[in-house]
Amino acid sequence: MTPPTPASLPDSLPNSLPRPEGEFERLDAAWVTPTGWRFFKSVNNTSIGLLYIGTALLFFILAGILALLMRVQLAVPENDLLSPGTYNQVFTMHGTVMMFLFAIPIVEAIAVYLLPNMLGARDLPFPRLSAYAYWAYAFGGLAFFCTLFVGLAPDGGWFMYPPLTGNKYSPGLNSDFWLLGIGFIEISAIAGAVELIVGILFTRAPGMTLQRMPVYAWAMLAVAVMIVFAFPAVIACTALLELERAFDWPFFIPERGGDPILWQHLFWFFGHPEVYIIFLPAAGIVSTMIPTIAGTRLVGRRAIIVALVGVTFFSFGLWAHHMFTTGLGVLEMSFFSAASMAVAIPTGVQVFAWLATLWNGRVRMTTPTLFLLGFLFIFVLGGLTGVMVAVIPFDWQVHDTYFVVAHFHYVLIGGMVFPMFAALYYWLPLVNGNQMSETAGKWVFWLMFGGFNTAFFPMHITGLYGMPRRVYTYDAHLGWNLLNMVSTVGAFVFAAGVLLFIVDMVRTLRRPTKDSGNPWNAPTLEWLPNDYYGNRSIPRITSTNPLWDQPTLPQEVENGQHYLPGTATGGRETIATSPVRAEPRYLMVLPGDSWLPVIAAAGTAAFFLLLTVKLYPLAWLCGLVAVGGTVAWLWESDRRPPIDEARVADDLVLPVNARLSASQSWWGTMIMLIVGAGVFASFCFAYIHTSMRLEVCPPPGAALPDPIWQLGSGGLLLAGSGLILLAGRAVGRKRLPWLVLSALGCTAASFLLDLRGHGLAGLDPTSSAWAAAIGAILSFQGLHIVVLAIAGPYLCLRAWRGHLGERSRATLDNVALIWHYTTLQGIAGMALVQILPLLME
Amino acid sequence: MSPPDVTTGGGKLQSVLHPAGWDAVIISHLSWVLFGAGTLIFVAVMALLVLSLRRHGRPARAMLWIGGGGIAFPVIVLTALLAWSTWRSTDLAPQTSRGALTISVTAKMWWWEVRYQDPATGREIFTANEIHIPVGRPVYIGLNSADVIHSFWVPALSGKRDTIPGRVNGLTLRADKPGIYRGQCAEYCGAQHARMAMYVVASTQQEFDAWLKRQAAPAAPPSSSMLEQGRTAFLAQRCQFCHTIRGVAEGGRLGPDLTHVGSRMHIGAGTLRTHRGTLGGWVADPQAIKPGVFMPAAQDIDGPTLRALAAYLEHLK
Repeated sequence: MTPPTPASLPDSLPNSLPRPEGEFERLDAAWVTPTGWRFFKSVNNTSIGLLYIGTALLFFILAGILALLMRVQLAVPENDLLSPGTYNQVFTMHGTVMMFLFAIPIVEAIAVYLLPNMLGARDLPFPRLSAYAYWAYAFGGLAFFCTLFVGLAPDGGWFMYPPLTGNKYSPGLNSDFWLLGIGFIEISAIAGAVELIVGILFTRAPGMTLQRMPVYAWAMLAVAVMIVFAFPAVIACTALLELERAFDWPFFIPERGGDPILWQHLFWFFGHPEVYIIFLPAAGIVSTMIPTIAGTRLVGRRAIIVALVGVTFFSFGLWAHHMFTTGLGVLEMSFFSAASMAVAIPTGVQVFAWLATLWNGRVRMTTPTLFLLGFLFIFVLGGLTGVMVAVIPFDWQVHDTYFVVAHFHYVLIGGMVFPMFAALYYWLPLVNGNQMSETAGKWVFWLMFGGFNTAFFPMHITGLYGMPRRVYTYDAHLGWNLLNMVSTVGAFVFAAGVLLFIVDMVRTLRRPTKDSGNPWNAPTLEWLPNDYYGNRSIPRITSTNPLWDQPTLPQEVENGQHYLPGTATGGRETIATSPVRAEPRYLMVLPGDSWLPVIAAAGTAAFFLLLTVKLYPLAWLCGLVAVGGTVAWLWESDRRPPIDEARVADDLVLPVNARLSASQSWWGTMIMLIVGAGVFASFCFAYIHTSMRLEVCPPPGAALPDPIWQLGSGGLLLAGSGLILLAGRAVGRKRLPWLVLSALGCTAASFLLDLRGHGLAGLDPTSSAWAAAIGAILSFQGLHIVVLAIAGPYLCLRAWRGHLGERSRATLDNVALIWHYTTLQGIAGMALVQILPLLME
Repeated sequence: MSPPDVTTGGGKLQSVLHPAGWDAVIISHLSWVLFGAGTLIFVAVMALLVLSLRRHGRPARAMLWIGGGGIAFPVIVLTALLAWSTWRSTDLAPQTSRGALTISVTAKMWWWEVRYQDPATGREIFTANEIHIPVGRPVYIGLNSADVIHSFWVPALSGKRDTIPGRVNGLTLRADKPGIYRGQCAEYCGAQHARMAMYVVASTQQEFDAWLKRQAAPAAPPSSSMLEQGRTAFLAQRCQFCHTIRGVAEGGRLGPDLTHVGSRMHIGAGTLRTHRGTLGGWVADPQAIKPGVFMPAAQDIDGPTLRALAAYLEHLK
């Protein structure tokens, strides 16, 4: 295809030629990625995305080495290569690192790298948040992994069931390190979800309506929503376990009214959607690549999108299928069994849509194609064994055996690792223009595919022959010897494939940079000519497959004939569009590179690590660094832009930045509050669950506070919110700081009243799980009060320094949101604590 | 059919695919149907995949592929599967102690305490890691845990059931043929999860009754001076702090009841065959055999005393 000459371009493009002199140079200067060690202060999605992908791959290799250690140990019966204690740390770390430090991060990493380009945006809406999330993950994850070298790695399994992981049976720091490691991934996953939701809904190229949005973006939107609703449960249960371990609040100790099953409900309420959080991005990747390799439109695009949404809903109704052997009621079990089978339907829809697309096209047998075919083979098999384990009596046999190990490795390696390798082969040319070797690629594929099946297919049989999971050795006379040896050989063949891949990838990345072009003739926007600023101009989209249907688009975009061909404010910016129809709404000003996110992340990681090893003064110092770094970075944001309006096209002038629900930060705050509400709901669930297990509620020796305290507390909360409402109308006035400070006084006093009420009633969270659950609800409210106690004075400071005006009031609006949420949460918590015991009588 | 040999087993000792009990037989039928249907569907989808890779003149009809293959087909198959498996599950043994022989099993880190009721006196009889049951009769196992979550699983007889501290679960076993079946803890429970096995010995009612009667009897008195010396060593080593030998020292319940330890096939929850040598080795240093186990090594014990103690324990048939 010859590039079209400028003369043949349609003349109705957003911007006319020639472009003013220096326009491109100013754009380039605003976005240039620093070199040398300053590269690490870069917050651009391209740099952070690459670091993120690289780090996640590092963890894939590290956890893979742990898997090989396990396979060597199990190759022969009665092996004593690893001691039982070491083996238990190794399998716990293998699962934890693969799930939390590889699988979730890499799907987010790929999205951070790819999505803005695919959507035609210059960057994600919160670049510094991405940077903070990445660095917290990198620092925290590496420190967590290093615990293995000092024998302090967790050894309670990646699901960490109490009471085994409670203080009594795990007195060491090992369990604490697990809780800590998970904390980092909670931070980065949620930050990622905020980025993805706001980025996908508000920064798409003009004309990219929801109907035209790439399936991958749909998948990532579904994933982000799942993270927002699933992660609170794991945040809550890890917090409860840490409270039990640190302060002896007995949530999971049956002798004191706790219940180990409470953990399982919360953990699996997260744990099952987690599987789809890993799989849906891969499904989106597959839906993106299959049309390209087949050279034809995706069949059933709409059905696939509906299926993605369907999986999102179903995934929250499946958690108890991990608990079929705990003695649940028959009715509960039947519901979860049926739901677990039903989730096969949306997956079936996607598989048949892919098959039909392949049928329609001419499939090119490249390495990405091989990995996609390998994915279909392995994933369909894993899906079928998944339906099998949804059959309850069958699950009673194979649960916690190697059959299940085989099943979920088929689903996860098949469903996620193979598409990810396809994606790495497919998208690597975006990095420096070079494709990886096709010859080596075929070797990599066959080694990985052959090795995988050799390793994991026999495990189905090993499991049926009775081998349980998580055993460090086994007797020689049980008929498992040969099967285990074959699995070990397969694992090494698989590893050889991965090694060859790494060698080829490093080799390819070291080659000189060149223009990638569109090597696979793909239809999606990431193959437009781009650099660290994204595309020279933000394309106007008129089709689902823009690069196929708008053949002159690359040239037009590169000429600067589409939207925003330069920089309007002199800094970084992108166009915010409406969520459904993608009409340009305003110019979103983005922050530039900064060390502050790195400092805040290092402070956060060090704070939690030092807290875990009980070096309190140093920990608090690092905590201060974290808060200071964050406040300093926020301080620079939400400033009055240098211009109020910007011309982004010949006949389009957009306002710079937006207010309230039109602004990205308002949505970011909203999503964070939904996460917070989820955590709060999980604590409430813990309170309800522990109450329901009591004979009498409150339990003997405990009492509810006199309602008068809580009525007073509720009244003060409402007063605080009212004052904040008034403050919202007093922007630019002298009284604003005084309104905020009075509101803070009311809200803080409300919390003290609530505490005092409980204190008089003799609340002692160590006395019973019931009291501990109230303690958790109170503590969570207290945490919000602390946040407001930082945010309130911060607001006043901004007002006094003149950084709070009608054109820069996002900070105020967002703090107001948090304030009102805190009021609601406080009232809801007090009402639940008072009303539930009445209902139980 | 002769019972499987415990030392070779041939892969049948602990196998879902070699059922010898009521529930296990039903589940194995279910399994084979699942495997058969799964294989058929897998082969069909893969065949479609291979066909899709060739070039075609006529494009696929989206409605037919997605509506038929992606929706109608799984809906029909899954509904049928759900209905059939639910119907088949109604044949599974009811989880009730009514009309069944009741045995209590308490899972502990990392062994199984088993309690029977002596039909003659009504007293509880404690044993460990070996469950004897009569063939052809439902046996209700009341399950609980003394510490963390474990899972009771004898694949040849039935599915597994978790033992959860603070809760009581139950499981009905019914062996159809006499034999020895191995079981193993199936929920990860700490350092020695791998060495937490138990054996179920299914025999005729007469053999079972005779066994229970022997178990109900107090420990055999020493019949030689060496055995006498062994019994003295048992007390001198303060074994009774954790272990009971009925008739010698009662009350120790932290470790397995040793009244008839010599009659059990294994020690250490399936770790070693029971005989003088292994008993002596275990007493001398359990940590070498099962690292992390709560039993300390014997202190200052000389060779002859250790041998006497081992002989005495072996003699407790």
